[in-house]
Amino acid sequence: MKNDFRARNHPAYWAFIVHRASGVLLAAFLPLHFWALGQALHGEAKLETFLRWTDQPLVKLCETMLVLLLAAHMTGGVRLLALEFLAWRDWQKSLLAAAAGVALAAGLAFLLNVV
Amino acid sequence: MSDERLSVRTQVLLWTAQRASAAVLAICVVVHLATIIYAVRNGLSAAEILGRTRGNAAWAAFYTLFVAAIAVHAPIGLRTILAETFSWRGRALDITVLAVALTLAMWGFRAVYAVLI
Amino acid sequence: MSTLCVAVWRGQESGRFQEFDVPRRESQTVLDVVTYIQRSLDPTLAYRFACRVGMCGSCAMTVNGRARWTCRTHVDKVGESGRLEIAPLHNLPVVRDLVTDMTDFFDKWARARGQFQGGTTRKDEFARVAPDSPARRLADAAIECIGCGVCYSACDVVAWNPAYLGPAALNRAWTLMNDARDTGNRARLAAVAGDAGCHACHTHMSCSERCPKQIAPTASIAGLKRATIAAALRGDLGDG
Repeated sequence: MKNDFRARNHPAYWAFIVHRASGVLLAAFLPLHFWALGQALHGEAKLETFLRWTDQPLVKLCETMLVLLLAAHMTGGVRLLALEFLAWRDWQKSLLAAAAGVALAAGLAFLLNVV
Repeated sequence: MSDERLSVRTQVLLWTAQRASAAVLAICVVVHLATIIYAVRNGLSAAEILGRTRGNAAWAAFYTLFVAAIAVHAPIGLRTILAETFSWRGRALDITVLAVALTLAMWGFRAVYAVLI
Repeated sequence: MSTLCVAVWRGQESGRFQEFDVPRRESQTVLDVVTYIQRSLDPTLAYRFACRVGMCGSCAMTVNGRARWTCRTHVDKVGESGRLEIAPLHNLPVVRDLVTDMTDFFDKWARARGQFQGGTTRKDEFARVAPDSPARRLADAAIECIGCGVCYSACDVVAWNPAYLGPAALNRAWTLMNDARDTGNRARLAAVAGDAGCHACHTHMSCSERCPKQIAPTASIAGLKRATIAAALRGDLGDG
């Protein structure tokens, strides 16, 4: 028999889900990101055309999500590095709260700057 | 059937490479996020982006390191996810992941070249 | 007297929950509930227990979705709604009803080189281990494990990666790594490294969250991860 959500419902497991989901989504986004920057090979105008396409509100919303995912994957990753490489203390949950806080702050800062 | 497994030493070195690249990426991402949030405050324009990056050796070095770290970090994570989600293990998986790493690196370096040269 | 509605797993891997009404009593444990069912309602119910006081580690089951020692879990704590769901431990083959086959779990202790390997004979002096030495303290933090299988049942990596040694076996290996008398660490490091060993751990911390002894196997596994890096860089993990 396998575990269900009742066994998994605790903060560190939620942190894992965020880390894995953000990792997969960021990896899937990378080719698109690299393609977009590659537009500059065809001249500044090409890149400009793409950037004007990104001005749509829906694209801006997706970008905010991506910033949030990137920040969450980064802070969650720093948390994992701390847990794996620093001496074990009883501050795991504070670390988790700090990681979530910094990620949300980065997402918010981006959102406030684009609207 | 390609059931051949990497040696335990290689497995551990892959894990170590993922953690080492994670440490590099942590710094890169902080710089990247700060740049993004700074750059979007008046809207993005191609002229502004390329004005910042073109011919700038510091940005060239930074983004080259960034792409290299990504090309190490992401495929190793992908390898674990594929193994755990689809019970896909062995040589075919390792070759696929290596191909992903090379593709990411190629595409990434192409993008860096595009905005820096 | 109020009653408790108890859903109990019957059968093997495939099976179903069977409901029983059990009289609610003061200071009742989940093990008391299971025992009542077996003695008064259905003598064919299979379950495992021995000491009833949290020392032997044989009565672990899945209670309302979480792995627990049934003898040390009061109904007050888990059955507020008047309902209990009792299933065998997860991630282990079910023999029948609430009994699992723990063979894999214990075989993995052996594979992680969980046996003490001494280098002295009875003719030698006693080893002197200072109680406050760093290694002794690290061993102390992890040594109280009684092998109940709760962490193994809580761990998702065990299910996703069947070769994974699991939290208990790795925690045991870590106590021996910190045992000044043990001489088997070189082989032990090779045994616990890699995709089926400590490096498979994702720090879900479900093991540490659920351990009835408040041990943090995640911390022990992190210790092994660090210890194996140096060995891997030296090419000292047994297989080149």
